[in-house]
Amino acid sequence: MNMKKKILQRSRKEKSVEIILLLCALVSVISVLFISFFIFQKGLPLFRTVTIAEFLLGTNWSPSSQTNPQFGILPFIAGSVYITLSSLLLAVPIGIMTAVFMAEIASKKAAEVMRSVVQLLAGIPSVIYGFFGVIVISKFIRETFGGSGYSMLSGAIILAIMVLPTIINITEVTLTSLPKKIKEGSLSLGATRWQTILKVQLPAAKSGIIAGIVLGMGRALGETMAVLMVAGNAPIMPKGPLSMVRTLTMNIVTDMGYASGDHMTALFSTSIVLFLFILILNISVNIIKGNPEEIQ
Amino acid sequence: MRSKLSIKELDFYYGDFKALHKVSMEIEPNKVTALIGPSGCGKSTLLKTLNRMNDLVAGSVVDGTVLYDGDDIYGKYDIIQLRKKIGMVFQSPNPFAMSIYDNIAYGPRIHGIKNKKVLDRIVEKSLRQAAIWEEIKNRLKGPALGLSGGQQQRLCIARVLAVEPDVILMDEPTSALDPVSTSRIEDLIDELKKEYTIIIVTHNMQQAGRISDSTAFFLNGYLEEMGATEKIFFNPDSKKTEDYISGKFG
Repeated sequence: MNMKKKILQRSRKEKSVEIILLLCALVSVISVLFISFFIFQKGLPLFRTVTIAEFLLGTNWSPSSQTNPQFGILPFIAGSVYITLSSLLLAVPIGIMTAVFMAEIASKKAAEVMRSVVQLLAGIPSVIYGFFGVIVISKFIRETFGGSGYSMLSGAIILAIMVLPTIINITEVTLTSLPKKIKEGSLSLGATRWQTILKVQLPAAKSGIIAGIVLGMGRALGETMAVLMVAGNAPIMPKGPLSMVRTLTMNIVTDMGYASGDHMTALFSTSIVLFLFILILNISVNIIKGNPEEIQ
Repeated sequence: MRSKLSIKELDFYYGDFKALHKVSMEIEPNKVTALIGPSGCGKSTLLKTLNRMNDLVAGSVVDGTVLYDGDDIYGKYDIIQLRKKIGMVFQSPNPFAMSIYDNIAYGPRIHGIKNKKVLDRIVEKSLRQAAIWEEIKNRLKGPALGLSGGQQQRLCIARVLAVEPDVILMDEPTSALDPVSTSRIEDLIDELKKEYTIIIVTHNMQQAGRISDSTAFFLNGYLEEMGATEKIFFNPDSKKTEDYISGKFG
């Protein structure tokens, strides 16, 4: 009798632990659902007054005009895309080469030190990156190329530094987790270490590297504070690397303080666009990772 | 006959651990030499010292000499040339994540051959030599990793042949394969010894008996006995060799 009671008690305890764990697990799921529901609920009503085409392809953003408000966000989409792609153009080669150095060339100790430095880089708050950008990068651009220094190029450089940890980490992990026998196979054929890295190891790590790049892209696309501080924030179509630029995230945060009515709704609609971008990037990461034909 | 490889008083250390003790042996050309012995006896280590793959192991130290066609490979020998001349087939197949064709062409390409026609010829010749051409000639552009384990191992042999080696080292090349694939590789080894010198590490006593001309028995880092395979198997000098061959330990 006593035994039975004990068993019953134990199974009740087990059950309650399970339920607590489940509830905790649900927090993130529910958050995602709520967030998406919320931005769609707040953002979609804009399309009662503005067509989707006007919104996405319009180049005029004058949302607080009394007579003829315009809600074109194409300049910000372009700004986000340009600034993200240019940051990757800088970060991808540097990131991959850093990862190769850490995985293949540096001594174990040196690699360990570098890994902690890269981790630290990932942990620096974006507003500090912004300060660094204002003080060093914008100044450098201003003194080298003229203009105000607040430009797409400045933003891209800052973003490049910010996404480096993501690219470095994932590339390094992928490289070090490749089976050793592949590298040995190449070296035993008389290949040099460099030929082996370039022609065998990097291609074998391709899917991991691409996943890292796409994740970095997501980070760059979503970054707000650092770019806000260095990229100029002018609501115009970007014309070149030295042009001031406003991204989707900058648009939301800049106008949030004073917007009301349709203007406010348009900011939520902007966040829908941003959300969809991130969603697409995440799905593609999963597709790339879920298709590891390259990894043995 | 002049030895292809002549190993003299070779000591090998992994850090503080001494894995080979004063090993001396002569490897004859166009013969299959089997290295046998229980796990950890040093046979794989010895194999790796012959094309200096042991250089990859941090903290490893070699003492003694290995002469290849009379030249000391631990002297001024160019390591790239050495590995081109002394190829290696690994324990489990390790094709690269590229097409069958590119796997074979990889070696010739890194050694500077760019001409498409020449490469085509090398690929076909190597695959024929490795007795796999007929099976895969219609899917040379297909992924090498799509092949079966046995085919992958023959592909890896073809990949070694493509750089025109002189000696082929094999480190338990059939341990990951099924019996049918194993016997195909053994037939292949028999065919290849006409043109190449082969040194094979094996755990499989019958395999050593079937394919090798001479056998070296290792125990605890020492070369216990070496001789013609017939002699080692049927009339060994050492009691320990006899015990091992007859399955009393190992």
